Formats: sequence, C-alpha cells, structure tokens
Amino acid sequence: MNGTILNNARMGFRDGLPIGLGYFAISFAFGLMATSYGFTISEAVFISAFNITSAGQLASLPIISSGGSILELTLTQLLINLRYSLMSISLSQRFDKKIKLADRLYLSLTLTDEMFAVAIGKRSTLGRKYLLALLLYPYLGWTLGTLFGAIAGNILPDILVTALGTSMYAMFIAILIPAAKAEKPITLCIIVSIILSCVFEFLPALSKIPDGFVIIICTLITSITFALIFPIPDEEEEDVSKEEVAENV
Amino acid sequence: MFKTPNFFIYLAVMVLITYLLRLLPMLIFKKKIRNKFIRSVLYYVPYSVLTVMAIPAMFFATSHVATGVVAVIAAVALAYSGRSLIMVAAGTATVVFIAELILLLLQL
Repeated sequence: MNGTILNNARMGFRDGLPIGLGYFAISFAFGLMATSYGFTISEAVFISAFNITSAGQLASLPIISSGGSILELTLTQLLINLRYSLMSISLSQRFDKKIKLADRLYLSLTLTDEMFAVAIGKRSTLGRKYLLALLLYPYLGWTLGTLFGAIAGNILPDILVTALGTSMYAMFIAILIPAAKAEKPITLCIIVSIILSCVFEFLPALSKIPDGFVIIICTLITSITFALIFPIPDEEEEDVSKEEVAENV
Repeated sequence: MFKTPNFFIYLAVMVLITYLLRLLPMLIFKKKIRNKFIRSVLYYVPYSVLTVMAIPAMFFATSHVATGVVAVIAAVALAYSGRSLIMVAAGTATVVFIAELILLLLQL
C-alpha cells in the first residue's frame, strides 16, 4: 500500500475488459446449462443479471428446476457465496473516503473473485471512479454471455449443446488443477472432496439427499478438516492465492 | 418468458442472500477477519465447492458415461498442461463433440 488514490475511470475500464471477456465465456456455458435444465432464456438472463456468481448460480439450477425447498436454496447460496463477505471486508478497507452508501449498494451487486483480485492487487486506496468503471465490462460480459448461451441452447443441435455443456465443468477443473499443482493441501482437499462427493452420489442410503445439501455437507466436512490440519499462514496469503485464480480467467 | 414454477420466489431468495453477503460486511465491518481458523475454512471452501459440483456430475453430463469419461480426462489433461481457462473449456467441448460423433456412428 503506497498511500496514493487510484481514481481513474479509464484504468478501471482497461482492467475490467479482460475479466468481462472471460466472464462472457463462462456465462455462455451457464446460459446453455440453464436451458438444458428447462429454464427459459429470460429466466436464465434474470438469474445472471441479479446474482453474478458462477458456482452459486450453477448450484441453484437443479434446486429450482426440481422444485427444491427454500431452505436448501438458502443454505447452499449462503455457503457457496460466503467467501464474498470476506472479500467485501478486505476490499472495503481500501475504499477512498468519498465512496458513499449509494456506491456501496452498487458495488455489492457485482463483487466477484476476479474483481476482488484485481482491485486488491493495486495496493493503493481505491477511488470511486475506478471501482465503478472496473465493474461495467464484467457485468455486461456476464449478463450477455448468459443471453447468448441460452439462445444457443435453444437453436443448436443436441450434440453441440452436449459438447458445449461440458465447458462449465471444464472451467472448474481449469481453476482447480493449477491450484492443486501449486499447493499440496489443495490437492488433498480436492481428492477428499471427490471421494465424499462420490460417496453421496453412489451410496444408496445417501443418494436421495438433494444436490444442494450434498454440496454443503461435503464442503463443510472438507474445509473444516483441512482448516484444522493445514491452517493457512498469517495474513497476505489470501491476496496472493486470489491473484493466481484471476490470472487463469 | 417465465414458466418455471415459483421462479421469482426462488430468484428473490437467491439474490437477497447473495447481495446481503456482499453488502453487509461493507456496511458493518471495518476490520479484517483475523481469526485464523475461520480464514482457513474460507480458504478451502471454493476448491471444495468446485470439486463437489464438477465430480461426479461431469461424468454424467453427456449422452453416455463413456463420453463423460472422455470429457473429464480431456479437461484434466488440458488444465494440467497449463492451458488457460478458455482454452480448457473450448478444447474439452471440441473433444466431447468428436467423441459424441464417434459414439453416434458406432450406434448406426
């Protein structure tokens, strides 16, 4: 942190553009998956325009389309999106004093992993013009991507929809593998998650549990276990790992 | 336009939770979370969530488990060789498309 204030809208647009392009692709895959779950184009676009979360949105699809309980949806979203609270806290430490309540209401709609990583990586106080500009392209990319993906899901032949439908999972794997290569505990965390997830899928007694709860149970068991066995080092660690994730997008 | 039952109720719940998770900390907390255990749990959550959502679902995301296996192997191999997010996604979709075509031909 060097005491300067970054408050340049052009810098914000420039930093936001690559994120927006990456989001378009991920969101395209989401739109496609939403239609394969039976959602209409408008529904898919509404979900993306108001949530701006990839994992949270994907987890919501089977719950909503199968008429799952509000409790299941609530708990799933709470757990998957809890990390945003942490990012919000650390990002707001860097806000310029001129950032008012209205700005915070807007910034909260679109804070994601990648924008957090870029903003926190600036190591200076963040001005309102920069932040407001930074969010525009990612927001447009995310919303338009879903629109085009949902349209594609409706007009493309089944075989292409199937092929493109695997790309969202492929992107998850593209985020996981580099992190696993970089850190042993993450490799183990992923392996344990796979085992638990498969146990819940294939063990007859457990396979009836709704998807959302499976995500919550497996994630809580794994994360708490690893936090106890491999706690992260003090401070700064979080910033570095988030930047690695961002470089992949 | 909208036909999923109770769509707007689900959407409202989802948006409210996601929005409040981002907004409340910006309004309430002025300090960083220092608790090492909580920070550690939250550090592992994204990796675990993504894994649980992708596996085993990806194996069943195609028309046949065989092409599902091909999809997982392609994605892991591309990611392992250091390809970017977009290239892993596009490459996997291409491989699955070819695998599905072959499967279609075998069934004729």
